[in-house]
Amino acid sequence: MSEAGATKKLLYVNRKAPYGTIYAWESLEVVLIGAAFEQDVSLLFMDDGVYQLVKGMDTKGIGMKNFSPTYSALGDYDVNKIYVDEDALAERGLALDDLQHLVWEDENEDWAEKDSIHLVGRDEIADLLEQQDVIFNF
Amino acid sequence: MKFGIMVNEGPYTHQASDSAYHFAKAALAKGHEIFRVFFYHDGVQNGTDFTTPPQDDRNVVKRWSELAEAHGLDLVLCVAAAQRRGLVDEEEQKRHGKSGHNVAPGFRISGLGQLIEAGIQADRLVVFGD
Repeated sequence: MSEAGATKKLLYVNRKAPYGTIYAWESLEVVLIGAAFEQDVSLLFMDDGVYQLVKGMDTKGIGMKNFSPTYSALGDYDVNKIYVDEDALAERGLALDDLQHLVWEDENEDWAEKDSIHLVGRDEIADLLEQQDVIFNF
Repeated sequence: MKFGIMVNEGPYTHQASDSAYHFAKAALAKGHEIFRVFFYHDGVQNGTDFTTPPQDDRNVVKRWSELAEAHGLDLVLCVAAAQRRGLVDEEEQKRHGKSGHNVAPGFRISGLGQLIEAGIQADRLVVFGD
């Protein structure tokens, strides 16, 4: 669908907690629709956005749809570069083990299962932002 | 330069729509092109014809409509966000059996693909939000 050629680098920056506001869910809706455009997509979770990936979510008590399972489908949409601010995790008493184990299958390596989540420091985040053509900030 | 603009907050509570409007107006005055203005989240409320702000205040919605009229701007309200928040055009009114429609002149309802396309086609996508 991208007329006139070159693939662009798209980054979705997720900075807010999964519930309390709708930004996390509506960001995910953009990512899912955007996947059809076959661009070079990355996701970055920072600030309270790191809570979006925490495993074992149960939303019954707040009467809202639990959209956590949707993140595990991202690999099937070729969304497999998911960066998480390791300092933001640590500041909230969280570690990689507290997050969902998100994976994708690499068709170039006989569908080997690979991790989608990469912990990054703030210098790396600066580089990541610098490399992008388009940044969606949620 | 060709700009895409994304507005993520509704009128009046947040300044995002005002800032986006001033940016768009200034960019057009400098001879730049606006590929599209895409309204998402509560930003879709910028497209309701039912706003009636006090006369001594700016009319955020009408201002967008007038800018669209003057420059042929493409103002797009995200359909999923609009349905959640009660933004209804004539077609949607019929489909869902609603009592009225409220999409202001110059705005249209369409899908999120229009946002991604704006990101791809524009030289810069500028996001106005909280």
